[in-house]
Amino acid sequence: MRLKGKDYIPKEELRKIQLERLKETVRRAYHLVPFYRKKFDEAGVKPEDIKSLEDLQKLPFTTKQDLRDNYPFGLFAVPMEQVVRIHSSSGTTGKPTVVGYTEHDLRVWTEVMVRTLLMADVNPKDIVHNAYGYGLFTGGLGFHYGAEAIGAAVVPASGGFTKRQLMLMKDFGATILCSTPSFALHLYEVAKEEGYDVKKDFKLRAGFFGAEPASEGLKKTVAESWGIQYVEVYGLSEIIGPGVAASCEHGSLHVFEDHFIPEVIDPETGEVLPDGEEGELVLTTITKQALPMIRYRTKDITVLHREPCRCGRTIVQMESIKGRADDMLIVNGVNVFPSQVEHVITKVEGVTPNYVIVVDKKGVLDKLEVWVEVDERLLTDGVGTLERLKKKLEEELLNNLFINAKVKLVEPKTLERSMGKAKRIIDKRELNL
Amino acid sequence: MLKSKYAVKQISVFLENRRGRLAEVAGALLEADINIRALFLADSSEFGILRMVVNNPEKAKAILVSKDFAANETDVFAVEVEDKPGGFYRVVKVLADEGIDVEYTYAYAGSSERAILFFKVKDEEFEKAVEALLNQGIKLIEAVEVYR
Repeated sequence: MRLKGKDYIPKEELRKIQLERLKETVRRAYHLVPFYRKKFDEAGVKPEDIKSLEDLQKLPFTTKQDLRDNYPFGLFAVPMEQVVRIHSSSGTTGKPTVVGYTEHDLRVWTEVMVRTLLMADVNPKDIVHNAYGYGLFTGGLGFHYGAEAIGAAVVPASGGFTKRQLMLMKDFGATILCSTPSFALHLYEVAKEEGYDVKKDFKLRAGFFGAEPASEGLKKTVAESWGIQYVEVYGLSEIIGPGVAASCEHGSLHVFEDHFIPEVIDPETGEVLPDGEEGELVLTTITKQALPMIRYRTKDITVLHREPCRCGRTIVQMESIKGRADDMLIVNGVNVFPSQVEHVITKVEGVTPNYVIVVDKKGVLDKLEVWVEVDERLLTDGVGTLERLKKKLEEELLNNLFINAKVKLVEPKTLERSMGKAKRIIDKRELNL
Repeated sequence: MLKSKYAVKQISVFLENRRGRLAEVAGALLEADINIRALFLADSSEFGILRMVVNNPEKAKAILVSKDFAANETDVFAVEVEDKPGGFYRVVKVLADEGIDVEYTYAYAGSSERAILFFKVKDEEFEKAVEALLNQGIKLIEAVEVYR
């Protein structure tokens, strides 16, 4: 377990390694990528100005728009003959963002994926059912290479074909599941429908879930229904893919900060916030060659903590993503993240964790509706009971999120099931303008 | 156990208020050759609960669940009364005197001069209700008779 040891490195030694790697990355970015040189010059900073880790704050931010503006390869710091892999986002909201890897970068990625998988001590005896999409999306291949490097048997199931996936999971005796949390829940629902005895028919012991934010409630539901250790995985293709951070046996998300330096900033002012304060996560890669990312704004909202974790890891902890700054809804001036709504829903008995948030305008005011599927197992046949359930959900939303939402109970299995990332928001306000 | 003898399995279906949804339930039951003996629709502004007594509740539930309806079984009991003034009163008076709350009830007038009333009470009061009615000489119909 040589790699696992890297999570326990003494803080001082870690900071030394980080500074050395940061200096090198900034030097390379400045001299090899015209975009960075221009930005640094405009900000009046030179690579030599980086003398301590705190000096990172002097550097300008990089955004998704910068990647788009330099589509496809404008931010690459190596010639194409050194690039061995290219991934890309789906580009549903504009030009796709393109990322490249050198052989060295793939080794870094594999290393952080191995360290991710070691959070549940994945070993050569494990059978890893990988239901992340294979292809341009980084999820599938990221987990694939990590599990293979450990020597586990990988089943490259990719997305879709739920029933067949269940059959393979049972017949092959999968011990590890890798998927989005919403797909894990979907698999469970279909397993029950198909008459599987989930805890007897499957040998799963742990799952690695990421690529979309999940509330504490959804995590608990997934962990308990499958009876497995829930490992949360955080990552984004711009930085490397999955493997930026993963949660330990105590549920704390640890950032592999010997490769990626995290900061949390005020999204309005860009000012760096102290540990313990909530803001936007900014990441800097310090070991990547093909696409060095300097202070990349992730739009993800989180909090950093540096106090020691019970698991003994010394690397920094990050709270679960509360939401994307992009997904944040502003409803009558109140900030609402879908994950907060989800958290409330999963605490109330009688409904499933499947929901859709519908925002519309009623006159000048925003009107929020939350559609939730009733849980047929807990369905009572009293109208009064259901009215009370609806009222309870509305009260909980008001008490927890300070929003007046109208809850609509809908029939089971009528809300769209996600095969990949769940679509939770229907915002009709723009359409009415 | 009186319950095993008198508990009629009523099928309850949660339905959103959407056009054509009732017809879809009825169509599914027709397809499975299920006869509805009695029904009652409880509604709110957004959803309804369709309660039905059918000739084969197990099959009915299975067919509805397979078509993704939210269907469930509930125990009710059936009381036969004379189809004339005071028939209903006699029954609810007994229950009221025993302190048993009726959650809901509905009637099926049938073809003869006798009517059938279905009652839903709290599960834990089921035995007590049935026993009290029998003690007062009120006729309860066995579940097997209802399905026939």
